[in-house]
Amino acid sequence: MTTTAPATTTTAHGEHRPTLLDVDGLTVRFRLRETVVHAVTDLRLTVRPGELLAVVGESGCGKSVLAHALLGLLPGNATVTGQARLHPPAGEPVDLLGCGERRLARQVRGRALGLVPQSPATALTPVRTGRRLLEETLRAHDHSRRDAATAADRLAVDVGLDPADLDRYPHELSGGMAQRLVTALALAPDPPLLLADEPTTGLDRPLVDHTLDLLRRRCDTGAAVLLITHDLAAARRVADTVAVMYASRLVEHRPTEALFDTPIHPYTAGLLDALPERAFRPVPGHPPMLTDLPPGCAFAPRCDRATDICRTPPPPMPHGPGRAACHHPLGASA
Amino acid sequence: MTGALVAHQITVRYDRQRVLDRVDLRIAAGETVGLRGPSGSGKSTLARVLALLRAPDSGHVTLDGQRLPGVRHRLPAAVRTRVAILFQSPRAATDPRLSLADVIAEPLRATGTPRERARARASELADLVGLTPDLLARRPHAVSDGQLQRACLARALVHRPAYLLCDEATAMLDASTQAHLAAVVTDYQRRHGAGVLLVTHDASLMARWATRVVELPAGGRPTD
Repeated sequence: MTTTAPATTTTAHGEHRPTLLDVDGLTVRFRLRETVVHAVTDLRLTVRPGELLAVVGESGCGKSVLAHALLGLLPGNATVTGQARLHPPAGEPVDLLGCGERRLARQVRGRALGLVPQSPATALTPVRTGRRLLEETLRAHDHSRRDAATAADRLAVDVGLDPADLDRYPHELSGGMAQRLVTALALAPDPPLLLADEPTTGLDRPLVDHTLDLLRRRCDTGAAVLLITHDLAAARRVADTVAVMYASRLVEHRPTEALFDTPIHPYTAGLLDALPERAFRPVPGHPPMLTDLPPGCAFAPRCDRATDICRTPPPPMPHGPGRAACHHPLGASA
Repeated sequence: MTGALVAHQITVRYDRQRVLDRVDLRIAAGETVGLRGPSGSGKSTLARVLALLRAPDSGHVTLDGQRLPGVRHRLPAAVRTRVAILFQSPRAATDPRLSLADVIAEPLRATGTPRERARARASELADLVGLTPDLLARRPHAVSDGQLQRACLARALVHRPAYLLCDEATAMLDASTQAHLAAVVTDYQRRHGAGVLLVTHDASLMARWATRVVELPAGGRPTD
């Protein structure tokens, strides 16, 4: 498998570039009948224009909840705290968690912050063809009727869909075609930040690479993408920075090459060791339940470096141009 | 010709489109055959034919040298339970109304195994695939894809099949869960001498896991 070098990398002092998304202390809890699900805990990250950030982790670690929290799409039993600010290049900054449904619906979702949803089958309106959905979206975002028709064809080609297939209804599409259609729908308003939640599910390898390269090209022209994926090879192929999520927290967020070559957090190292081209050895033990997280480091019960200090939660510490949250970081002399 | 699951000159058409054209494939006991090919080349269809779920339009399947006269319930339980299949999407392959314990035990109940014995065997297998008892009481909506696919693997192994077919079974799982399921399958294979078919388009997974790779070209015939 080839890895393409990212066209842009975050510099150690990239602070002079304005941030596009600034998340600080984001915490999401779900109240269930007898328990509380700790889905996202004290999450902090920034995304800059032109950056492709990949969030990786096991299924059920809270990756998708992060995306839905930013878009205000969580169900009523969710409690969200913390800060999330979007600074679109045109227009005023938006407080995503505090601005209210009206503003989110009219100015943010789709326009400023796009979403490629995880299960395309449930995201498409079943009684409309792909073309109708796409043209409707384009016309809602300032395309004329005539212009929308050609733009729809172009978007279809961009995502690797035959324009003739746009005339099908969602139930006539294969899983992979539906996936490409929802990607085209998310790209139609050309949002400065796109949240792509497992956008390559159900695609064959060539189409996976096609979709990933499409996201990469968006970033190379100044937009940004937050890619949520379980596929480490995909992250390595296109991401500038990779954030590893474990049991509701980010445990490591660093430039892609550095993270893959010299992981700092033992969980990152374990996940990389599980790759078939590496040791093909699973991380020992099981991920904790999000309803019953241990106090302190959630990875400690599976970690061979754990000591007493791991019973207190490790704060995220700077490591070069990135951050990691571990009391016993790998490769540290201390 | 014993100790193998073999597809002989299999042809399958969907409507007028021929997806498999006189395809031969042999999975010997103890080996792991990797099957790769472009999208739409009929990999999954071939896996379904070998799993005795779909009758080919022409050609036939032999199991340990014995030619099988039909598919699904036309075959005696003792024959059809010798082949098991694991699909890509565990959600699409499980009944949302059943607890994971019942998902795993379902094939045993279908063949008339007494409830107590089925339950004991299910918990033994749950342990093997790494499902904790608290997960066994849950239904599919309350577990992750990785956990549900573990249950599907336990279900596939419940009759101790001689052949296990994995159709992109780890494609939607994270690296650690993938490595764990592969280790469970490899360990089962070593202890029972089972033959395994691995359908995947992940080149590094193929290189690491398969002992032999067969290419299925689009609409054509495989070359060993």
